[in-house]
Amino acid sequence: MSELIDILLTTGFWAATIRIVSPLIFGTLGELICERAGVLNLGIEGIMTVGAMSGWMWVYQGGDLWGGVLFAASMGALFGLLHATFTVHLCLSQHVTGIGITLFASSLSYFVYRMLLPSATTPPKIEPFQNYPIPLLSDIPMVGEALFNQSPLTYLALLCVPIVWYMLHRTPIGLAVRMAGENPVAVEAQGINVLAVRTGAVMVGSALMAVGGAFITMSWFDAFYFGMVNGRGWICVALVIFASWKPGKALLGALLFAGLEAMQVRAQLSSGTVIPYQFFLMLPYVMSILAMIVMARKAKYPQALLVPFRRGERV
Amino acid sequence: MSTLSFNQITKRFGSLTANDSITLSLGDSEIMALLGENGAGKTTLMNILFGHYVADEGSIEIDGQMLPPGSTEAAIKAGVGMVHQHFTLADNLTVIENIVLGTESLWNWRQDMTAARRKLVDMSEAYSLVINPDALVADLSVGERQRVEIMKALYRDARILILDEPTAVLTPQETENLFITLRSLTDKGLSVIFISHKLHEILAISDHVAVLRRGKIVGTIQTVDADRNGLAEMMVGKAVIRPQLESMEPGAPILTISGLSATSHDKLPLLKSIDLIIHAHEIIGIAGVAGNGQVALADVLSGLNQQYSGALELHNETLTDAGPSEFVARGIGRIPEDRHARGMIGDMDIWENLISEDLRSKQVSRWKTIINKKVAIDRAERLIDSYDVRCKGPLAQTKLLSGGNIQKLILARALSPKPDFILANQPVRGLDEGAIAYVHEQLFAARKRGAAILLISEDLDELLSLCDRIAVIYQGELSPALPASSRTVTELGLMMAGQAVQPTPKNEELYSSVKFSAGGTNAN
Amino acid sequence: MQIELRDHTSLLRAGMAPIAAVFATLVICSALILWADVPVLEAYALLFKGAFGSSFALKETFTRSIPLMLTGLAVAVAFRSKFYNIGAEGQLYAGALASVYFGTGLIDLPVFIMVPFLLLVGALAGGALLLVPVLLKTKLKVDEVVTTLLLNFVMLLMVSYLIEGPWRDPMAMGWPQTASIVDNGVLPALLTKGRLHAGLIVALLAAVLVWAVMRFTVLGYEIKAVGFNAKAAEFSGINVNKTVVYTALISGGLAGIAGVSEVAGLKGYLTLDLSPGFGYTGVAVAMLARLHPLSVVPAALFLSSIYVGADSMSRAVNIPTYIADVLVGVSVLAILVCVMLTQYKIRFRQ
Repeated sequence: MSELIDILLTTGFWAATIRIVSPLIFGTLGELICERAGVLNLGIEGIMTVGAMSGWMWVYQGGDLWGGVLFAASMGALFGLLHATFTVHLCLSQHVTGIGITLFASSLSYFVYRMLLPSATTPPKIEPFQNYPIPLLSDIPMVGEALFNQSPLTYLALLCVPIVWYMLHRTPIGLAVRMAGENPVAVEAQGINVLAVRTGAVMVGSALMAVGGAFITMSWFDAFYFGMVNGRGWICVALVIFASWKPGKALLGALLFAGLEAMQVRAQLSSGTVIPYQFFLMLPYVMSILAMIVMARKAKYPQALLVPFRRGERV
Repeated sequence: MSTLSFNQITKRFGSLTANDSITLSLGDSEIMALLGENGAGKTTLMNILFGHYVADEGSIEIDGQMLPPGSTEAAIKAGVGMVHQHFTLADNLTVIENIVLGTESLWNWRQDMTAARRKLVDMSEAYSLVINPDALVADLSVGERQRVEIMKALYRDARILILDEPTAVLTPQETENLFITLRSLTDKGLSVIFISHKLHEILAISDHVAVLRRGKIVGTIQTVDADRNGLAEMMVGKAVIRPQLESMEPGAPILTISGLSATSHDKLPLLKSIDLIIHAHEIIGIAGVAGNGQVALADVLSGLNQQYSGALELHNETLTDAGPSEFVARGIGRIPEDRHARGMIGDMDIWENLISEDLRSKQVSRWKTIINKKVAIDRAERLIDSYDVRCKGPLAQTKLLSGGNIQKLILARALSPKPDFILANQPVRGLDEGAIAYVHEQLFAARKRGAAILLISEDLDELLSLCDRIAVIYQGELSPALPASSRTVTELGLMMAGQAVQPTPKNEELYSSVKFSAGGTNAN
Repeated sequence: MQIELRDHTSLLRAGMAPIAAVFATLVICSALILWADVPVLEAYALLFKGAFGSSFALKETFTRSIPLMLTGLAVAVAFRSKFYNIGAEGQLYAGALASVYFGTGLIDLPVFIMVPFLLLVGALAGGALLLVPVLLKTKLKVDEVVTTLLLNFVMLLMVSYLIEGPWRDPMAMGWPQTASIVDNGVLPALLTKGRLHAGLIVALLAAVLVWAVMRFTVLGYEIKAVGFNAKAAEFSGINVNKTVVYTALISGGLAGIAGVSEVAGLKGYLTLDLSPGFGYTGVAVAMLARLHPLSVVPAALFLSSIYVGADSMSRAVNIPTYIADVLVGVSVLAILVCVMLTQYKIRFRQ
């Protein structure tokens, strides 16, 4: 027990937590935006893979880092458009479409990677985002090192939380998005195109997911591996429920999970071989299930989640 | 000079012509009633005006300007406001959020709530429509929600207000308040289209009436020249005769409800110690505004909810812990409120739906495992025949049937085993006149052979003409069931609003203007 | 654009949907083949030859189709009741674990009892694993898609732990794998040469059995009713939760059998690469089969031919084998659209 407390007191633990939380924040916010508009996006796992591959590949082919992030985001938006075309415009099952998108997007990423790098046996590396210590703030002991000496993408992730909150709760477009997830007929009755609102939300959300994937290959690591996203997308879906569809709580939930992951890496090292490492690796998945159980009774789903909207349909 | 005019509007859905060359016009400060049966094309016409559908032929003009088809935004800009029959509000958002949606450019960086609140307060005063802008819609009563819908239209400077069946869910008193509001709106120059199939309301509120039948305008008359029977005949196309209640001595008690209480998942009380005895040869009506416990009561009486306290006895034997299958097996027939969501499985065939309530019975399956399809098809053929269901046969998909025919299937399934107790929950909602008369006949026939019937309805006229006794449900409490002949609309309306029944002269006076009448030949 | 329900879906149109979807998939993916600078028809010809061109290829295609039939059935049954079991991958490993636990020496019975016994414990293990999500769904309304997906990862880690730790075969020279199934527990080979084994018969029997249950029995009726309209089913007196639990047991059981069949029929022992995503491909199989149990057989054969064919195609020309996974992913999306087009028509308005 005291070992755990020791871990909690190290700067390295907190710095790692903040680093690991970044893809979870992007993914969770992305999924949250989609679901707020009434669309479950189970393509998230595949879209994060697309982001991880395309952002990395952009840089590997000579592009600059921010260009890579932008490229990953637009690829994500493109797959979001595909998901929206199927679920919003054609009213197909959101569950099955999402799984289909994940299968398609991840296999396509691997295919493209292999096409462009047919003979690479050891994954080639890029020069990833470097930590950017924020002047003055990073000099604060512990907090400064953990919070203000991070990759620019991490700052972006943290910045996204208030931005998404503001967009959803303080702007006309955010109101339209939330209303589309609660009662699409009401949106249509006020002269706003529900299909456009939902499509836009899914595209923006998917772009965020892809940036989350890109973080993994462009900031956290410096290469693209197969199976790299490794279920993080599904964890984000659970986190959205855990967060009751609120951006602030999503940050809290993501921090909790990231802390857990950072802790397990350190606990693995200190526990030696007493507890097999597989059990530490299981923790995030098991915790996700537990998080959904805890929130099950309280979860206030957007009322029109999974409900397709057909314009002018005769019932 | 008319404010709004429809010119030769035609709209077809496949082989069905929903609107056939409709021409109408509405002037300033006028209230036009649009009268027609369910399926006559009223809602289609308004959906074309509001841009939800595009007409195949014809055009709409507002103040002499052509309205671009298929654009809700254009209709709103031209000053059309619509209060839908099913409110288009988001329950988990506040009143003001519901109202301001879409009033600003979506690309603004900030929703200006301060200005919106100011405008809303001003409007509240001008039209004396009181509403708390920060209340969650979920917490509002039905009448208040309707007020929010009207505010939504007024907030966007509507000059033509369309109300689609606005009184269906209101108490008579709330209806009267709505009428007062509408008159004050027309005093300020607004025009109103009032869609309804309730004749007395149309006579009370409108300036002129347009009658729709099967997609066509069959007549337009000044309200002062109209009378009930004439309008009814225009609407239905023939003199309207509904079966009449024969007087009959009640028999032995069939279903006894004592001290029945139920709570919701979050422990809120839904039913509060309800007592009721229903006898053979008796129809008891439950009146009430939607959301006062009817759903909870129906769930208990259909066997869906076994988590109640109190006792439920059929023929003096308890029904505790019995589920729907046992209810049916012991002689309870159930007609659910929502025939599409609960009544029938649209994607299954007719024969399949007709065995769904006794799958494990000896007739339907062998060893409670293998379905005897031949028997099931025979049964379907017999029932289709005796309940006059219009369909291609037992193998037809259920969802292709019309609402009236689906209701006949539900009646066939529920009534053919000759149950002793029948729960009829809103059995004629949304049906046309022919189907309504058919359902009523079937209920009367069941009463005659000795069934006890509980009828839940929001339509007071239906209850007064169908029931032996009527009880009112309000916030989970049920009043004693008193003979229908001793009840008046005014009294029931007050009870539905939760007020003690002591009609004051003022209320009577206020009410007489609405010209309600109960029983007799009516066509609403 | 407007979507309108058709009055009537002809059987012909319904039957055409999967064929149209396969065709659309091949056309869409030809863009990738063109990118690889390989003539499209030649590539598909190579793929076809690789899957069906020799008796060896045919045997491989059938062998590979066995787990796909079983996971496809597992998904089809579950989806029929709108229980979205995406955890066939994990359930497959649960079945494999059970077969290894009982089949590597703990019990030894005559072959005609031992094989059915292993299949049974595998099915029970698969069903038991799915019981967790199904109870969470029926009792607490926890979305089953996410829980079944997450359990896949947990199961894989569990397998990894067992084969590196307590269940590692000491004779395996340090490789992470379990001991072999005893001879009496091995599913017999069907042909003298090649790897085709009796798992094929198990899978075909399962397809027929599931079809019969869905078509003729009260349980099948209830599964369909719950899937189409759970509220109406409940009103009629069908116990919705009970039906979903039964469905899940059948579904998890079928996926578990797939795991047993792979261990006891093909590999002989359990490794971490027992399944290259059979559970996920099962979703594609079920969708292509339009959730019809008998159609699962041709659908599984089609997708296994793509995997087997793509392997040999990529050896012949310069196309990554991942083309097979892309084809599977695209086929899921294509079948969705094609089935919709049989039920709805899309009207574009000017």
